[in-house]
Amino acid sequence: MEFSSKLILISPEILLFIGAVVVAVLGLSNSRTLRRSVPFVTALFLAGSVVGTVYVYGDTDALAASSLLFPKIGLFVKCLVGIAAIGLVALGTGTIDRGFENAVASGRTRFDPLRVIRGEYHAFFLLSVLGVMLICNATDLIWLFLALELSSLPTYVMVALSRSSRKASESAIKYFFLGAMSAALFLYGFALLYGATGTLDFLEMREILGAAQASPDGYPAIAILGMTLAILGIAFKIAAVPMHFYAPDVYEGAANHMTGFLSIIPKVAGMLAIILLCGTFGWTEHQVISPEGTAMIQEGLPAPVSAVLWMIAVLTMTLGNIGALLQTSIKRIAAYSGISHSGYMLIGVIAGTENGIDAVLFYLVAYALGTLALFGVLSGLSRAGHEVESLEDLAGLWRRRPKMAAALALAAGSFVGLPPLLGFWGKLFIFIAGIESGHIVLVVIAGINSAISAWYYLHIAGVPIVKMATPRSEALSPRPNAGPRIVAIVAALSLVIVPIFSRDIYEFARCSMRYGELELKENENTDAMLPMRDEEQFADAGIMPTHVD
Amino acid sequence: MLTACFLIIPLVTAFLIGISPARAARWIGLLGGLATLGWGVVFACMYPYWSEVPTEGAELAQYWPTVDTWSIVPLFGIQLELGVNSVSLLLVLLTCLFAPLTVTASFTAITERVKEFYIWLMILTASVLGVFIARDVITFYTCFEVSLIPGFFLVAIYGGPDRREASFKFFIYTFVGSIIMLAGFVYVVMRFAADVGGWLPSTNGGVNVWDIDALVTFVSTPGAFTGTEQAWILLALMVGFAVKVPLWPLHTWLPLAHNQAPTAGSVNFAAVILKLGAYGVYRFVIPMVPEAVVEWAPFIGTLAVIGIVYTALVCWAQTDIKKLIAYSSISHMGFCMIGIFALNPIGAQGGILYMLTHGLSSGALFICVGLMYERHHVKELDRIGGLAKSMPVWSFFMILFTFVAVGLPGLAGFVSEFLCLLGTFVASNPTEGGYPGVLGPWFGIIAGSGLILGAIYMLYMVGRLVFGPEHLPEHSGEHEEHTLPTDLNLREILTLTPIALVCFFIGIYPSPILDAVEPAAEHMLHDYPAAVERLAADTHDTTTSEDGTSLVLMTTNQGH
Repeated sequence: MEFSSKLILISPEILLFIGAVVVAVLGLSNSRTLRRSVPFVTALFLAGSVVGTVYVYGDTDALAASSLLFPKIGLFVKCLVGIAAIGLVALGTGTIDRGFENAVASGRTRFDPLRVIRGEYHAFFLLSVLGVMLICNATDLIWLFLALELSSLPTYVMVALSRSSRKASESAIKYFFLGAMSAALFLYGFALLYGATGTLDFLEMREILGAAQASPDGYPAIAILGMTLAILGIAFKIAAVPMHFYAPDVYEGAANHMTGFLSIIPKVAGMLAIILLCGTFGWTEHQVISPEGTAMIQEGLPAPVSAVLWMIAVLTMTLGNIGALLQTSIKRIAAYSGISHSGYMLIGVIAGTENGIDAVLFYLVAYALGTLALFGVLSGLSRAGHEVESLEDLAGLWRRRPKMAAALALAAGSFVGLPPLLGFWGKLFIFIAGIESGHIVLVVIAGINSAISAWYYLHIAGVPIVKMATPRSEALSPRPNAGPRIVAIVAALSLVIVPIFSRDIYEFARCSMRYGELELKENENTDAMLPMRDEEQFADAGIMPTHVD
Repeated sequence: MLTACFLIIPLVTAFLIGISPARAARWIGLLGGLATLGWGVVFACMYPYWSEVPTEGAELAQYWPTVDTWSIVPLFGIQLELGVNSVSLLLVLLTCLFAPLTVTASFTAITERVKEFYIWLMILTASVLGVFIARDVITFYTCFEVSLIPGFFLVAIYGGPDRREASFKFFIYTFVGSIIMLAGFVYVVMRFAADVGGWLPSTNGGVNVWDIDALVTFVSTPGAFTGTEQAWILLALMVGFAVKVPLWPLHTWLPLAHNQAPTAGSVNFAAVILKLGAYGVYRFVIPMVPEAVVEWAPFIGTLAVIGIVYTALVCWAQTDIKKLIAYSSISHMGFCMIGIFALNPIGAQGGILYMLTHGLSSGALFICVGLMYERHHVKELDRIGGLAKSMPVWSFFMILFTFVAVGLPGLAGFVSEFLCLLGTFVASNPTEGGYPGVLGPWFGIIAGSGLILGAIYMLYMVGRLVFGPEHLPEHSGEHEEHTLPTDLNLREILTLTPIALVCFFIGIYPSPILDAVEPAAEHMLHDYPAAVERLAADTHDTTTSEDGTSLVLMTTNQGH
């Protein structure tokens, strides 16, 4: 593939990079207006990259020549990440640099470029999003590693910058060290994969592994080991067991808007990386239930990898939910609930029929919107200058801020999977994929876990509405900036409205999940289950999720 | 569109309450409730299959209208499908009847957060109606789940001192059950889709795989599922429905929730929410997995009978009137369950009718207790008694509905209770259309003893409460003085009168309702003779050499 066409394919990312430079400079400006414009400029660049993505992916020839494992997955993920990131930018408005800006405005302090952090924060923000987007374009392990690191490194800084408290620095240090360890782990895994196959390229690796599978020896043991290590390392990004320990501490230490960022962006990156890695083995084999009712082994992920993912999924959802039961801090609850949602999503990866991966992508949408609503409410309120931390802080919210309480209730309802909210459909599709691929036990465990999670989600929804205000929660007041509250309301409403368009989102995801070279074969397999949309509708579907925001 | 009005009217009412001032809330609620009831009556008049079953399209027996479908989330072939048959229409009418009555029963009882209260009531009515008019699994499940939310908030905000525990217990119990039920649903629908060749009607030859009747027909097809699979499906579905019914030992959420809920909440819980479980059993469990049901009916019947006797004894020991009526609901729903699991048309008709009559009697009893509580602020038997003198009208209604609940002949309760017990008695008698091995006379006898216990504790309660020396609690001054008269006022009398009239009507002249229910009951048991034969053949194969007597079963050709 020509270098120039490759550049065109990553032009949205290039745009984001330019954006990062621009906002970094703007943030240092002497003019207050320019400094204040930083979040808007950031959002503009993000919107531009989403539009650019839709445009670039319209060029199917370039995609076909791109030698990507899943050529179209980028369209879905980049749109999702871009739109979620716009929401996250809005969450942060008015919180970063507030103290310093007030001091400058009141004349107590002189403006000092070395002390402002707004520009840096948003530049790092864009770089991290850029990293996630680049993962979609990864053609080989090196690229994947670099993109993963690009998406994580800025987040360490952002956690420290997000608020001026010692807790934030502590979180950042914890996050950085554990993140570095996980990077070492998956890098080691990548090295073993390279050792086993002799190539870094995903497509070649897929061919070699396919040939190995057909041979009597089966998959080389080193490849399986490498894969397992890589998955364990990446489990850090999605906060899955056994790499989940950092999540509650880091989430608690970071500012609320940053916690929202941490629970969405790295999770998308990690899920995407796991899907790409599993894609090199392929899900062309899987267990299905024949019409006669007997379970048949067809192709699937190699048994050891599948078993590792199975254990990770079960432990992740169970420990996540049980952990959340024991918490009183709403941010720690959110951290544990995020852990458990990673577990649900892994069911889709394990199922791996086309429906499985599509369900994961769909679930990511539901999860991102729910998280935006939750953290929109949390960052939109403050308790006498402090952040909202414990659940009790929210008591009596319904009386004074009915919209915020309703948004919180909708987010909790969607997370727990109450129909007809978006989260229910996400869970339903995951369940369908799991049962269809024969993992009934896994689905039953997920069902029991959803039921456990009802307890703490019910508290999140119920405490603001049912409980009378306490003196502590009386102090709760909205922040001056309306950005987070608008995000909360829009995201909460979309949890109700988006299900109407779930077909479009799902088929959009389906189109994204086709193997580059195997398109024909895949079509034959899936036509019976869901009719493939043609390119024209595909383009329509590409625009669909924009109403999400 | 006709059926969708059952959802639209209460939801629009809820919206109107939301945008209007708080003092108008109860009046708008009343109007909305009356409109729902009015629409229910009009709809019932239009329903064409009260007495005759359509001859064409036997699987779709009696569902009307058949055209109400919308593709709101058209993924995996999911579409919204609404329609009723005679059983669901009767339950719809029951719900519609209570829609205005719960509003009038709360007119003066609710003084705080009034708007929200009526909004939650209307949402509850809409979601329960949604369950009864659903013809596809997703709508059914959605409404089944959504009904939890208003139920939760009604208890959690307006309930008694233990409201927090009560509301959480109610939500978690039911949610756990229904999640497992959902897994069961997804499994059978997935198999159905695999069988017909796809999820979408466009690829599988026009089959809507989420349609309840098509799904039930598929699952009950001989050979579609093995015996073990059927048993697992039975378990998954029964867990969901048994919590709602509730079946002993899954009943422990109920006394708490009923006791702590405000009057309208208790009324709705007892009158309609419990019926969701029994309706689910009628709609899914019995017709879907006949072989597993025949095998497990004795087990479920045993649980029901234990529930009947155990909770009747518990009732005897209660001093809290609301708790007593709550426990009596568990005992009574046990009759409904053994009637349905007797697997013969008599019992099935009894069970279905029982849903109605229990809804009427327990709902009315909760209203009565609520009216008394509003005046005296106590509900313990040892703190109040002898109300006949000061509240004669109230006492009349209290005694009347107690008689309905204990099954006095001539009132609604008698017909259904009698049919349930009769069905259980003959359940194992082949000449009466029963099957050996399912419920039998012993179940009937023990359940019948529950009937006697029921009469004892109910009459004991009403005896202490209404007759005996007058004994009124002293007003401690912690409650604001109410402006209600000593006895019932016109609004309260008008609240109770319609229920009383319906109880009399069903008690004296039940045949139109039984005629309407009969085809539905037979349809529900459609697959049983064949299923029993198959099971007998299997047993025969494995046990021929044991003692020489082969297990040939007489199966009369009933239920077609």
